[in-house]
Amino acid sequence: MTLLAVQNLSVDLGGRPVLRGVTFDIGKGEMVGLIGPNGAGKSTLMRAALGLIPSDGVSTLAGLPPAARAKQAAWMPQSREIAWPVTVESLITLGRMPHGQRGTVADHRAVDAAIERMDLGGFRQRIATQLSGGEQARVLIARALAQDTPLLMADEPTAGLDPEHQIATLDTFGSLARDGRGVILSLHDLGLAARWCTRLILLDGGRILADGPPGDVLSDDLLARAFRIRAYHADTPDGRVVQPTGVIRDR
Amino acid sequence: MKPLFPVLFALVAALCLGSLIVGPADVGALDSLRALVAGGDGPLTLVMREIRLPRTILALAIGASLGLAGAAMQGYLRNPLAEPGLIGVSGSAALGAVLAIQTGVSAVFALALPLAALVGAIIAVLLLLGLAGPRGGSLSLILAGIAVSAMAGALTSLVLNLSPNPFAANEIVFWMMGSLADRSMVHVWLALPIMVVGWALLLPLARPLDALTLGEEAAASLGVNLTRVRWQVVLGTACVVGAGTAVAGAIGFVGLVVPHLLRPLVGARPGVLLVASALGGAAMLLAADIAVRVALPGRDLKLGVVTALVGAPFFLHLVWRTGRTAP
Repeated sequence: MTLLAVQNLSVDLGGRPVLRGVTFDIGKGEMVGLIGPNGAGKSTLMRAALGLIPSDGVSTLAGLPPAARAKQAAWMPQSREIAWPVTVESLITLGRMPHGQRGTVADHRAVDAAIERMDLGGFRQRIATQLSGGEQARVLIARALAQDTPLLMADEPTAGLDPEHQIATLDTFGSLARDGRGVILSLHDLGLAARWCTRLILLDGGRILADGPPGDVLSDDLLARAFRIRAYHADTPDGRVVQPTGVIRDR
Repeated sequence: MKPLFPVLFALVAALCLGSLIVGPADVGALDSLRALVAGGDGPLTLVMREIRLPRTILALAIGASLGLAGAAMQGYLRNPLAEPGLIGVSGSAALGAVLAIQTGVSAVFALALPLAALVGAIIAVLLLLGLAGPRGGSLSLILAGIAVSAMAGALTSLVLNLSPNPFAANEIVFWMMGSLADRSMVHVWLALPIMVVGWALLLPLARPLDALTLGEEAAASLGVNLTRVRWQVVLGTACVVGAGTAVAGAIGFVGLVVPHLLRPLVGARPGVLLVASALGGAAMLLAADIAVRVALPGRDLKLGVVTALVGAPFFLHLVWRTGRTAP
């Protein structure tokens, strides 16, 4: 079943085309990594698909009223803002807002599940703004999980996390996808993208350069064209490894 | 946190009673209240119903308005230094009032002053709507507010500067200090309906302001209509501040200090802070207005002076404490 369908999506920011005619579908059980160099349009694509910024083209989510959309897709922007010194629990509870946030059994269950999934059991009553950057990132992911939506979209969810929590976070998203949800993440770390995503979309200059299984998208040719890098590839017992090794200067 | 609201309610109720029984007319508390409730033709009933009751109602309503608007502004801008005066409406309302005093219209027709202040407030809102634009973010709103404030302040200074006689200038300066002395029920009926409209705009913002704790983008993804929230904050604040300034002059610091004081007691949640700050603001202004009458009975101490005198050192203490405990 399709959770998000985007057709011919284009965005101009300040007269500059940032996204040009992007088309793709995301179905249940998919964990899609959006990769591409800085300025490729990864964040813009997710914002436009959600309807948070004006765009030309069609997105099934952007067409929904905001309240209905919030039940379909949870969004974790890259800026991890926590404006006030609220407790971790009340911050995560904000994720229940689209469902009414009336303190129902479903609300408590979703919040508890999110806290457990992000391993935040000992943090419930801690003040969110006093946590470390990595802990705050996990709290904000838990907030999105509490929203309990079929689709999860995150902009650089692993940035600023230590390796253990990068892996734990992607494991969490992976298990959500295996449970039948759809996940879209923008990732700069190609190694993580190769290892955890079921599908990669490579963006460059606002266009989709490649869309497919990680093994196909992370080919030497595409890496050279989009990122101007060389990479080392290997298959390990834990999965596929891609490690950028050098910059291609003259092509 | 649970007992906070009963405590605030009790405090406000007690201060309302206190405000009703404190005054230059030397009568007992019970006699005053009996005269207020039972009525009659005596002078005490007149004092209670025409002088003290409007004063108490205005202190209650304006204090609650300032606290509520302060909490809404801080929550919307996610900045603990925001306050209702930031959008320039109070400054523009003051300019309107100052013009009414300067031109002498207020001497001919008593309600000209608050009405002129309301016109000033409306002009400020129209300027804000034009300057901040339908799609502008919170930054353009702040900048527009600062521009409107600066312009209103400059024009107020110009009026004072060109004042033909020292008495008019004196009256202007005293009016700008803010006071609830000698207000009548007419003032209440002029200001209260507008303030109620403002409350109706600001109080439903609890959920959206809570969501804004996560930033504008995450709040929008949770279904919050940011444009609508912005105009609710601006128009709601403009209603309560415009109406309050029109009848009481500029009263500072309540909208800034009260949300600060109560934030730790509500777990910093902006939504809960709205009602808490309304109660706290009412308590602060009622207390200040009692202090004005008790501290220097013969000297017509101005309300705005007292709130600033209490508010500023208190604010300094908060800043000092924050500076020492911040991580």
